[in-house]
Amino acid sequence: MTLAIALFDNFWVLLTVKLLAVVLVLIGFSLVIIYAELKIMAHMQARIGPWFAGGRYGWAQPLADALKFLQKEDLVPLEADSPVFRIAPAVSLMSTVAVFVIVPFSPTLIAEDLDLGVFYALAVGSIGTLGVLMAGWSSANKYSLMGGLRAAAQLIAYELPMVLAAAAVVVQAGTMSMAGIVDAQGPDALFTIPGTDIGLPFVMVGQIVAFVIFMIAALAELSRIPFDMPIAESELVFGYLTEYSGIRFTMFFLAEYAGMFAMSAIATTLFLGGWYFPGLNPSVFGPAVMMAKVSLLVFVMIWVRVTWPRLREDQLQSAAWRYLIPLALGNILVTAVLKVVL
Amino acid sequence: MTQYFQDYITVAVFAAFGVLLVLIAVGASALLRPKNPTPAKSASYECGMDPVGGGWSQTQVRFYIYGLLFLIFDVEAVFIFPWAVRLEQLGGFALVEMAIFIAILLGGLAYAVRKGVLRWES
Repeated sequence: MTLAIALFDNFWVLLTVKLLAVVLVLIGFSLVIIYAELKIMAHMQARIGPWFAGGRYGWAQPLADALKFLQKEDLVPLEADSPVFRIAPAVSLMSTVAVFVIVPFSPTLIAEDLDLGVFYALAVGSIGTLGVLMAGWSSANKYSLMGGLRAAAQLIAYELPMVLAAAAVVVQAGTMSMAGIVDAQGPDALFTIPGTDIGLPFVMVGQIVAFVIFMIAALAELSRIPFDMPIAESELVFGYLTEYSGIRFTMFFLAEYAGMFAMSAIATTLFLGGWYFPGLNPSVFGPAVMMAKVSLLVFVMIWVRVTWPRLREDQLQSAAWRYLIPLALGNILVTAVLKVVL
Repeated sequence: MTQYFQDYITVAVFAAFGVLLVLIAVGASALLRPKNPTPAKSASYECGMDPVGGGWSQTQVRFYIYGLLFLIFDVEAVFIFPWAVRLEQLGGFALVEMAIFIAILLGGLAYAVRKGVLRWES
């Protein structure tokens, strides 16, 4: 026992454990999201969805898909810029994995509570754009090129509302650390239900506008319907992924679903109170509460996908520049004024 | 080792593992997958036709103006974060300063919209 504790005091041992835990959670939860999406979409469209793989309810469908992709030939077009084409999925997945450094599951279960917290997450998360642009450019395919350009324009347009919505939360919490932001919504919060010490999440005390902006921008950053113009099937075949096949395509796929998890986790921390739930001890129930809130947001993302049609490219741009950015800036000012006055 | 270095070593190791994950997956796949390229398979995909012209064709790039707008507002975001963290200590003065700064930028955005740079009809 003492040996185990001594081992965990070593930085490198602890780092390895953190890394393995995060990667297992990332891959495991991504598989769950993929399965949930297949099933939920099917039932919303009055279909059954996966049924045979694994015996009951098709639970092994994502695993079967992964195994199938592993065995597919890895084609690189003759015209393509081969090194860039091969590196692109790694860049995309790298940024997603790096975001998980600051995702907090309980007061102690966090890989590293950086002071820069939110800022780091948004900065590293947008490196994924580079992978998409690399994929689009290096494929030497007209559809890929258009898809890559659209993706880049979309991601820079929606980066801003997202960052500005997060900035309003930073104003209210007075810190960028993810753990600090959760604490600002916990029992010691500025706003509690009168007469009790139950903290209210930021979405209920003034940040509802920021929350909506953040979720819209998150959908756009993830290129999910209704913002999936970069891979619009009816116009661009499969956008920047047209030339990808087999395992490299799977890596982009994994990055997308892990990205859904990461975005939902950041939104949960910023707006829904993270691991905190009134009456439940965060160091025991924290991870479960966090997972429940994240699952809720993931469900909403899937729901939106089934509900809305795709926007047009210019509508997407004008929605960001004309409405979301001024709205987010106004939200920051109102939050700041209230913060100084209160 | 200070906490600061530990923080960013963790970040570096996580990022490196993201790349490693792709290498592992591609390596594992290399053991299982066939490799049998033919000229037809290696051609760029263009809905079954032979590709017309090069892949890097000229396109009407409308997006550069968004790039310019983005630069301005992204620099602003970099200013806003430190301001947001210290706002409680800085008080009303910093608030007025930032309000003026944001008002100037919003004026710029309104000018861009009025100029029609966001309109796509040609």
